[in-house]
Amino acid sequence: MTWVNAVTQGILLGGLYALFATGLSISFGVMRLVNLAHGDLAVLAAFVSWSIVDRLGVGPFATLALVVPALGLGGYLLQRGVLDFVVSADPLRGILVTFGLAVVLQNLLLEHYSANAKGLDAGGLETASFRLTDQLAVGWLPLLTLGVAVAVLGGLSAFLRWTRTGRAFRAVADDLRTARLMGIDTRHVFGLAMALALATVALGGVFLGIRTTFSPGAGPGLLLVAFEAVIIGGLGSLWGTLVGAMVIGVAQTVGAQIEPGWSILLGHLVFLAVLAVRPQGLFGRVGRT
Amino acid sequence: MRTSPRDVQAGRQGGAGLRIIRSTPAGRIGLSALLTATAVLATLPSWAAPSVLRAWVVVLGLLSLASMWNLLAGFGGMVSIGQQAFVGIGAYSLLVLADDRGVDPFLAVPLAGLVAAAASLPVAAFVFRLRGGYFAVGTWVIAETVALAVLNNQALGAGNGRSLRAVGDYGIETRQHLTFWLALAIGVGAVLVVVVLLRTRLGLALQAVRDDEHGARALGIDVVRARLIVWVLAAGWTGMTGALIYLSLLRVQPEAAFNVQWTAFMIFIVVIGGVGNPAGPIVGTAVFYVLRDQLQDEGAWALIVLGSVAMAMAVLAPQGITGLLDRVRPVQLFPIRRSLWRGPAGDVRGGGRWPRRGLGRPPPGATAPS
Repeated sequence: MTWVNAVTQGILLGGLYALFATGLSISFGVMRLVNLAHGDLAVLAAFVSWSIVDRLGVGPFATLALVVPALGLGGYLLQRGVLDFVVSADPLRGILVTFGLAVVLQNLLLEHYSANAKGLDAGGLETASFRLTDQLAVGWLPLLTLGVAVAVLGGLSAFLRWTRTGRAFRAVADDLRTARLMGIDTRHVFGLAMALALATVALGGVFLGIRTTFSPGAGPGLLLVAFEAVIIGGLGSLWGTLVGAMVIGVAQTVGAQIEPGWSILLGHLVFLAVLAVRPQGLFGRVGRT
Repeated sequence: MRTSPRDVQAGRQGGAGLRIIRSTPAGRIGLSALLTATAVLATLPSWAAPSVLRAWVVVLGLLSLASMWNLLAGFGGMVSIGQQAFVGIGAYSLLVLADDRGVDPFLAVPLAGLVAAAASLPVAAFVFRLRGGYFAVGTWVIAETVALAVLNNQALGAGNGRSLRAVGDYGIETRQHLTFWLALAIGVGAVLVVVVLLRTRLGLALQAVRDDEHGARALGIDVVRARLIVWVLAAGWTGMTGALIYLSLLRVQPEAAFNVQWTAFMIFIVVIGGVGNPAGPIVGTAVFYVLRDQLQDEGAWALIVLGSVAMAMAVLAPQGITGLLDRVRPVQLFPIRRSLWRGPAGDVRGGGRWPRRGLGRPPPGATAPS
């Protein structure tokens, strides 16, 4: 029964990881940019939320109304102001700039908030749970997180499929030059894509902060998890990303069940196994790497 | 038919006075300056204080790490964020070889490099499936995986790490001097290895791949083989440097040895100095060390400033400081490029002025072959 429990908790954990992975998937899909500061931006969102809670005394969910648009706007400005100058030229420079951003963000957070771990208090929701059977309990917060992740992915799919801007996103992702020839403002689309990426990762950051404590150094770990979920799911597959996130979540909870130190290690090993056996990911199209 | 650079050079004697030139006065000055500096540094142990020696071990270690990262990213097109894996593997190999197997610690340093080179082969099997940004994060995952495996290994001291005891057999002064000379060999050796490699057939292939991968492939260059050689060499030399660094620090802890900060340092140095220029890491290491030294009391601000400078360089001056200098006066300190000249044989007027990339901007009076 402990194994069933571990797998259940892992699937729910996948909901949180999907929130991190979605943004990475968007920015790679549209801009071909792997944002190495992705995890640190999630941690930034958690800290900003913590500051708002600290100043205004509101609950962490209320801070979402500020944090999500703020990071979205920040993402648009980051793309138009900095990343636009490097993305198209050379993939190497995009990596270098976002890596520099990651280091700078991490150390700014360290300087401002100190290395101490902080948490967001959601008034008991973080520990509340209901029982499915005698030995199997499901927490409300992980369930809510998974629900939010599914809603975000569903909304994003609908947006990409049915709206005019969504069509522009797909066009830019498929063929940048032709999209530009057709009169699409590709810079604006890039900006919007980064805004969406950061808005979703902000959501993930706040939910992470409610679920567990966080510190300035947590970013790279989140980036790696998000990256693994995207690759396991298969590039270009949004729902695949959710499945990939769940695979990592289950690997981690099962790993922790075997031996506490193995949680993250087993996640990495499962990722490497998938990379060795099926490099295009579970739902990826062959030939797109 | 395979045409070697020598065949091409031989062609200069026939027809129209076309000559291919690689050695220039600036190049000779650059190499002799490097050798002179090395000779002067080699005498350092006889007159400098131990603290100066320790500082130079750090500088030379950073130079070596950065040179290898430059080879990897600037010439091999492989932007790795996981080189700390090899720093850590080198450090732990030194521990195991010297303390557990009884190998002389100074001999164990190059052996640790061989271990890291061997370890890089299975790593390549995974990460070579990924490209660009995904390659970068993939190498990072590998580094984290190795770090976690070490962290869970009791024999290697788990999270606490272990101290290197084998150096206790040496007197403190002998140890410091030997460590310094080893650092000098590894640091200067890294620069020379990169220059020599780039002058070989493989180096030519690498530069062709960097400039136009599809074109290079079409010309018959085995891109994967070229990248693999560079990958293994960089991993081995990085591992050897990791062993050297911990031979000087004497205590190995997994979180420090496998810290991504090692790679951050390599990246900052190379980006500041100039990606894809063998002289870039030398300039970058100097700037990096001075900046870090100035900011060492400022805590996290040191990395904030260094990261911001590197970001600004990557956006505004992607060729780094050497690239900016190159724009003012194109001087090639390390002769790795060839230029085509047309003129009477034996006339090397204007030698030292070079087109910025290959045949892109021929010197005055020169014409491209038809």
